[in-house]
Parts: sequence; C-alpha cells; structure tokens
Amino acid sequence: MTGWRAGIAATCLVLALWQVVIWSTGVARFILPPPALAVQTIWESRALLAEHAVITMAEVLIGLALGAALGFISAISLVAWPTARALVRPILVFSQAVPVFALAPLLTLWLGFGLWSKITMALIIIYFPVTSSFFDALMRTNRDWIGLAKVMGASPARIMWHIRVPAALPGFASGLRLAAVYAPIGAIIGEWVGASKGLGYLMLLANGRAKTDLMFAALIVLAVLTILLHTAVNKVCEKTLDRPEGS
Amino acid sequence: MGHGAKSVNQPQRMTGSAAIDGTAIFSQLDLTLTPDSWTCLLGASGVGKSTVLRLFAGLAEGVTFTGDLSVPGRVAMMAQQDLLLPWLNVLDNVLVGARLRGDRPDKGRARDRLAQVGLADHADKFPSALSGGQRQRVALARTLMEDRAVVLLDEPFSALDALTRAQMQELTAELLSGHTVLLVTHDPNEAARLGQTILIMTPSGLVNVTAPTTPIPREISAPDVLRAQTDLFDQLRRPT
Repeated sequence: MTGWRAGIAATCLVLALWQVVIWSTGVARFILPPPALAVQTIWESRALLAEHAVITMAEVLIGLALGAALGFISAISLVAWPTARALVRPILVFSQAVPVFALAPLLTLWLGFGLWSKITMALIIIYFPVTSSFFDALMRTNRDWIGLAKVMGASPARIMWHIRVPAALPGFASGLRLAAVYAPIGAIIGEWVGASKGLGYLMLLANGRAKTDLMFAALIVLAVLTILLHTAVNKVCEKTLDRPEGS
Repeated sequence: MGHGAKSVNQPQRMTGSAAIDGTAIFSQLDLTLTPDSWTCLLGASGVGKSTVLRLFAGLAEGVTFTGDLSVPGRVAMMAQQDLLLPWLNVLDNVLVGARLRGDRPDKGRARDRLAQVGLADHADKFPSALSGGQRQRVALARTLMEDRAVVLLDEPFSALDALTRAQMQELTAELLSGHTVLLVTHDPNEAARLGQTILIMTPSGLVNVTAPTTPIPREISAPDVLRAQTDLFDQLRRPT
C-alpha cells in the first residue's frame, strides 16, 4: 500500500509542478495545456483514446509474448550449444549497437503499416534484455546441483529442463519486468514512423494539428497503461517465477 | 532392501595419480573400498580427499587421472550442502532422481524413505520451511531413494550443529548399513564412530589407522571410539 500511496503522491506533485509552470510563465495552452485540460480531454475523447489504446496495447502484448518466448528459447539454445554461443553472442552485442529508431522505417517498408511492423519493433526492443538476463541466470546454475544430477544419471537435456531452467526463472522474470517497460516504447516508435492507428499515431496527429491537449491526453493514457502493464507483469512474476532468496 | 544396481562383489579400487592443469593433486594413491562397509577418508584440506570422491562419482571435470579406477557403476552421493531444489517440495526432492532420469516416480517408496528419516509429515513442505538438520535428512532420503550399492558421502554432516550431527551420523549409519560407503570427513570423532576402515590421506599416500571393531554407529563416548579418535588426532597432527 505504501507503493500506491507514494505513486499517487508523486502524481499529485507532478501535476502541481505542471500547473505552477503554467501560472508562472503564462505559456500559451497550445504549447503546454494545463493539467485540468488534459484530464478533461481524456474524458471527452475517451472513445477515440480507447480505440487507439486498444491497438497499441495489442501490439505491445503480442510483441511482449513473442519477444519473451523468443528470448526464452534463444537463451536456452545459447547455453546448450557453446558453438551457437560463440557465434551468436557477438551478433547480439552488435545488434544492440544499431539504434532501433533506424530500423523502424525499414520494418514499415518490409512489413507494412499494419500491426506487424509495430509488433516486430516491440519484439526487437525487448528481445535483448529478456535473452541476456535469462542467459546470465542459466549460466550461473549451482555447479553442485548439476553434479548431483549427473551422478543421478541425468542427460544434459534433462539437466537443462529440470535444474537449469527452473533455477534461472527469477532471472527470466527480471528480463520480463524490463520488457514490460520497453515494449510500449517499441510499439510507439513503430507507430510514429508509419501507422494509421495507435496512441503513437494519435500523438503525432494531435501534435501536427496543434491539439496539444489531445497529445498530452494520449501520452498520459500511454504512461498509465505502461505502469499497469509493468505492475501486472510484476505480480505474475512474483506469483510464478520468483523465489525468496536463500531458500 | 535390495540394491537397484548390481551388488558389489569385487572391491572398488583406485590406484593412480591425479593432476589439475599439470599440478599434482595426489600421486601413487592406492585406495580400496571394502564392500558393504564404511571407509572413512580423513586428511588435511587440499590433500585431495574430495578429488578422490569426485573421481569415484565420475564428476572430476578438469582432473587428469592416470591409473586404474574400477568405476562402481552408478553411485549415490550426499554432500555438505543438502542441494535440495528450492522450487520442489520435500517429496519431489526425494523423487528428483527419477524425474532426472525420466523414470516413473515411485511416490509410495519416496514416502517410505521420508518416514525412515522421520519426515513423513513434511512431504508437502518446501525446503525453505525446514531446519538445516531436516534438510539434510531429506537429502539422506533422496540418497536412499537412489538405492545404489556404493554411496559417496562428502562431509555430509559438517555444517550441522553438534547434536544434530550426532543424530544424523546414527541415522545415516543405520540406514546405509549393507552399502559400500566412502565417507570423506575432517572430523576424527566422526571417523571413529562410523569408520570400519579409517584412512588418512597425506601427500605421501594413505595411512591406515586401526578402526574399532564394534558395529557402527558407535557411541560417542565408547572407550574404543575415544581411543581411535585420539589416535587419529595424533596422526593428523604428525608432520608429513
């Protein structure tokens, strides 16, 4: 509950600061709308916002699911096959040096204006954190557990599935928590570059027409959805993947 | 209790030398495990006791062994750490061997093993809910579940408090009677209580110390135990 209270207090603080800036600078409302206006716009344009939010969240959730699945499989494969590890890891690191923004136009060109270019964008952006945190956790398996399993006559595949993977699930969970925050960024980038739906598209559209209040409304909706997604993923991880330390 | 692995008729013997990256761990070692009895291996830290055990277990990665080693087939092993898997409950931890081999888990037999170690009521608990002594008893049940003729014990009681340790020594000796046991320990009292053959490992080879002839587990304060314990202390302190 303290977390919730702190969150609400922080939100109030930001809103207050926002209002103070407007009062003290007298900035025009098409540059920076007052918070009350943004909230009012959220309410008045709720149907429009909901329509676009559904699209963005669909992209985010599908991207998250695919990225998590792909990262899960990749990390296990990299641990199981040292050759793949030697070959693929440099590629993975190099891929992180390519700015994802630069890929967005290409993805739109290849996959079109629909959902898939955004899903792919979200997938690409979360693939590395998921893979790398799960991979690291898999590599840290207690050697004595593996030794015991070998003495018991376990095959490498069974050691992987019954020892290493369950032992590394908390590491997978920390990758997922990062992914829940990153995935919306991917989807929004995709929508900025080329889309006809989604909160990112709506923001760009509102901005272009100087409807800054709508732009802020969309931004707030996106932020709230991201926080909800992160909280949900966090809860699921706590319930299913985490283990108390030292147990 | 029948042994899953074929009964060990010929003694398990290791003769040879071991090195890691060219550095000798031990050389010209000649160790025989007497069938169906407890062999205790003592010695200073770093003398290679654990390497001997790991060689018998087939786990000595990175160790170059030259010599003869009659590998005892499949063995069971119990270490200082209980190595219970925190995500499995007690019953599933006892059954982990079957799970790892892809065998059908025999829950009834696992419950019997838990009853033998006095933990019948704890089958559904998770390891984090158990005390150190209880966890080590689950590890013992898991070892019994493997049902191997040869059992390797790597200082399995050294992390326990004195009282729990004494109880675990008695329980283990009772439940592993009839097995060929190699117990690596640094505790002279433990060796005197449990050893039917007692060997001290030194850089120049094995020293055989006369073990009491009474059945194990022996009383901590039995005269022959105290005498053997004093002997072992003297031997261990002797500069080599």
